[in-house]
Amino acid sequence: MTSGDWWVMLTAVLCALPCSVLGCFLVLRRMSLLGDAITHAILPGIVLAFVLTGSRGVSPMLAGAAAAGILTALLSGAINRWGKVDEGASLGLVFSTMFALGVVMLGWVPRTMDLDPGCVLYGIIEGVPFDTTLVLGFAVPKAALTLGIVTIAVLALVIVFFKELRIVCFDPQLATTLGISAAVVHYALLGSVATTAVASFEAVGSILVITMLVAPAATAQMLTDKLGTMVVVAAIVGILDAIVGHLLAVMLNSSVAGMMSVAAGIIFVTVALASPRHGVIGKIARRALLRLRIAEEDVLGTLYRNSEADQRLTITQSASLRTRRRLVKLAVWRLTRAGQISNSDGRLHLTEKGLVSARSVVRSHRLWEAFLAKHSSLPLDHLHDPSERVEHFITAPLQEELAREAGECADPHGKAIPPR
Amino acid sequence: MNDFVRLITLQDANTRVVILGSSLLGLACGSVGALSVLRKRALVGDAVAHAALPGVCVAYLVVGNRNFAAFLLGALLFGVLCAAFIAAVRTYTRVKEDAATALAIGSFFGLGIALSRMIQSQPSGNRAGLDSFIFGKAASMVAADAKLISIVCAVVVLAIVLLYKELKLLCFDRDFAQSLGWPVSRLDLVLMGLVAVCTVVGLPAVGVVLMVSLLVIPASGARFWTDRLGVMIILSGLIGAIAGVLGTSISATAALPTGPMVTLSAASIFAVSFVVAPRRGIVAQVARQRRLRRRVGIQNVLRAAYEATEQRTDPRATWASSKSMHAGLRLAMKEGLVLQADADRYQLTRYGVEEAVKVVRAHRLWELFLTDKASVAIDHVDRDADQLEHVLPREVVERLEAQLRGEGRLPITPGEMDVPGSVHEIGGQP
Amino acid sequence: MTAQNHSHVQHSSHPVAIDPHLTPGASPLDAQAVAVDIHDLTVAYQRKPVLWDVDVQIPERRLVAIVGPNGAGKSTLIKAVLGLVPLASGYVTIFGQTLREVRKNVGYVPQREHVDWDFPVDALDVVLMGRYGRLGWIRRPGAKDRAIAMDSLASVGMAEYSRRQISQLSGGQQQRVFLARALAQEALIYFMDEPFAGVDAATERTIVDVLRRLRNEGKTVIAVHHDLQTVGEYFDHVVMLNMRLVAAGPVADVFTQHNLQKTYGGRLTLMDQAAEAVRLAGGVKP
Repeated sequence: MTSGDWWVMLTAVLCALPCSVLGCFLVLRRMSLLGDAITHAILPGIVLAFVLTGSRGVSPMLAGAAAAGILTALLSGAINRWGKVDEGASLGLVFSTMFALGVVMLGWVPRTMDLDPGCVLYGIIEGVPFDTTLVLGFAVPKAALTLGIVTIAVLALVIVFFKELRIVCFDPQLATTLGISAAVVHYALLGSVATTAVASFEAVGSILVITMLVAPAATAQMLTDKLGTMVVVAAIVGILDAIVGHLLAVMLNSSVAGMMSVAAGIIFVTVALASPRHGVIGKIARRALLRLRIAEEDVLGTLYRNSEADQRLTITQSASLRTRRRLVKLAVWRLTRAGQISNSDGRLHLTEKGLVSARSVVRSHRLWEAFLAKHSSLPLDHLHDPSERVEHFITAPLQEELAREAGECADPHGKAIPPR
Repeated sequence: MNDFVRLITLQDANTRVVILGSSLLGLACGSVGALSVLRKRALVGDAVAHAALPGVCVAYLVVGNRNFAAFLLGALLFGVLCAAFIAAVRTYTRVKEDAATALAIGSFFGLGIALSRMIQSQPSGNRAGLDSFIFGKAASMVAADAKLISIVCAVVVLAIVLLYKELKLLCFDRDFAQSLGWPVSRLDLVLMGLVAVCTVVGLPAVGVVLMVSLLVIPASGARFWTDRLGVMIILSGLIGAIAGVLGTSISATAALPTGPMVTLSAASIFAVSFVVAPRRGIVAQVARQRRLRRRVGIQNVLRAAYEATEQRTDPRATWASSKSMHAGLRLAMKEGLVLQADADRYQLTRYGVEEAVKVVRAHRLWELFLTDKASVAIDHVDRDADQLEHVLPREVVERLEAQLRGEGRLPITPGEMDVPGSVHEIGGQP
Repeated sequence: MTAQNHSHVQHSSHPVAIDPHLTPGASPLDAQAVAVDIHDLTVAYQRKPVLWDVDVQIPERRLVAIVGPNGAGKSTLIKAVLGLVPLASGYVTIFGQTLREVRKNVGYVPQREHVDWDFPVDALDVVLMGRYGRLGWIRRPGAKDRAIAMDSLASVGMAEYSRRQISQLSGGQQQRVFLARALAQEALIYFMDEPFAGVDAATERTIVDVLRRLRNEGKTVIAVHHDLQTVGEYFDHVVMLNMRLVAAGPVADVFTQHNLQKTYGGRLTLMDQAAEAVRLAGGVKP
């Protein structure tokens, strides 16, 4: 990689950082589409500033962008409220109109000026290393400098005002009653988004900023439940998106901005599938394990009841287990391995260890039956099935409470409730 | 300017096809857009449009050169994929619909940009073909394209006409439709399918980024002019058609890109509707508010006057008014309800007395209704007295009147029996 | 029990033959036909059981109230019967048949809140929607449907508002339009979700009158009701629910302090804890 390449990668990273951090709050406040609207709506401001200052200069654009962002929110809010236009429709209306205005204004840019219409959509990050300015004697690309400043500013704001942001995201009304103006935070957030979008304009263009705003935050949402962790994870994911995107672009000879968005999407899907706690695969696996546990407990319960009634019902004769033969086989195997049951003269028996587990299951079942009999109006013959289903979920503390509630030692059918 | 007029009136043979095509496109998008806006799925069209770009690129890579039909097929495929992606994320993960939509738009569009760059860097890459999909270039529309557009337009219109009542109920009350046994998810799919097809067909003309404007803006504008669904759909289609024609003509005349011109035409029509439309427009609303405030102001004066003179049983006695009533007094005098008797004392005219009786009666009925019945339905502070009959059913009004009469508080015009006083303090705040 | 005039209901003085409306296994209800038979119904929302093994038979030709605290699953019960939410277990029959077979005879008044009242339709349009179930695909409402719709509007006192845009109606008027829509369905059984919520006194009286008229015509009305004070006055039969069925039966017998305490009191927090445990462990079996 040439030094130019390093600058490009750094610019990409410096773009992803503030976007992903701010994006967490957008996503949590369900303002992702508003963010999308803002990134479109700042275009006229950018073109105007470009035409006026003659270059892709910085400070007036940032200020103008912040204003444009707030204007978008205010305008679409006004149309929604006074025109009684649907929220999504007013957003779409405002941002497409402003974007159209921006594209038309692009046409006024004299051919001599270097603002290719395409770059609006996907930036010109490849050209970044060639537009440098001097910082402490070093030649630094302007875009990287701008983004660096924006990054530091955004990170500082988020760190300093973290608890205000958190409470406003969670419960804006509560925040207002506590003296934290939800409206101020709301508009400050939008202004920051607009500013970041403008600063990122050169790196990833107008439209792909939205991916950097939303994708790392959504990915982080799938990995953690705490806001602080989410912001940090989003930042890391954003950096990853930038690096991977850059590498892919170099390998496939394609656009860095485009590849960053693609990388962001792929990483999101991967995490959504594989995330241990919230991912799809994890959920499927957990559910399968649950079914297995239920089968095991059913086996234990049946064996216990067998010994009570001194019957010799084999597993396969028990009605509830008959339908899940393969699962039951697996359950029996696991229980044998765990030393909970043993197989002698062709029949299954509970071991000492197994007896303890079985007792707990049946105890839960019968305590729940007693509870239902007392507190709901289900007839006697309707008590068994619900308890069959619930017995697997009764935790130890719940069992304690049920025992206290039930008081007596026999279930409604007259069978003894096993001791703890 | 002459050029422009020639274009619009279809005298120019070259652009006739383009203008017709754009008008039909606007018609279709506007009509189906009305339903999707009412269904609160306004931005699905945006997602489909952005997702179309990678579809077009893939089609190009597969086919090898610029093939309109293949492009549209690719666009439709990826649009549907995008919609399915959003639905899957919404259903199976904790990510909400708005974030899922934004994510999908960004990723799919990014994929499109990445693919188009790869195509461009190929020696035979004909990027110009793809570029026109992004910003739209109606001028490149040929007769075959226009024919396709007209077929799509016909299908859309037919579907809306045939399934009018089904779509109406689906958009208004999905649960009720489901309780009737209708397959609501499939109807939703049909609606979204119509949106997707219109989007894809309009891409070459309007471009990916601005396609959403044709779906959303005509519908929003149409709503200002009517309260009836059928009229709204027709109007929305009309506005879409006009925007299409205007935008395309201006674009051809002034050599500007088509997509933005269509958007801005539609937006102008919307802006005009927003301001000017009777009843729902801003001007009408502001005027209505002012009228209400004036009426309420006058009524407050009349009430104060009546109550000030009630004790003396001569409604035409003079009374002194307080400072806060000055604006209302001026209006009341202008309407011939009040005369100025002295420097600081005023008097009700005969007409004023009649009106005052009506106002006080209505006010006391309202008060009674609110305090006695503690209704949840009324929450308006500055109720116009004339509204009484509109909001409360007649039986209720008659019953309340009877109650007031029994308490001796029902005001009547002079000439009938005199009725003694009011409940609250006279001369206090009205 | 008052004698009924309709031939297929048996008088209580006769020995009871098995009534064809009763499903096998259900507890017979003294020769009354069963309108709705709910058998071991469980409904989960986001993996947590909201209704749990609810088993109840609701007799026909009654005004039935469903009461219970917030979050007790009252609306969910109606939605489950109407097939609007999926059942995790159990089944429901209406007049002994599945929902699909009796759809034409089932009327529904949903909650007002979930509709956008700024939609561009007038009151008559909304009431006509009640006729859609009988029209089938593509066909438009005809003169007869219009007449029925106007009749329904008149019966709720809204005939003069037929052309009024719905956003200009008050809350009570909107509720009456919804009721008229259900009446236009010409059903045998009506399900209503909080029909009295947020309406003015006049509307409340109108609704009660309509309901009583329906019952006297032999129809069944099952309504989620939030106001305990008026249960005794408005309804004959009550279903008391708190995630599970607490009690069900004629108001005079069942609507007692004891049952109210069981429904609204804190005893059933154990139920909630168990539901939470189920959810955390991975949820109700789909």
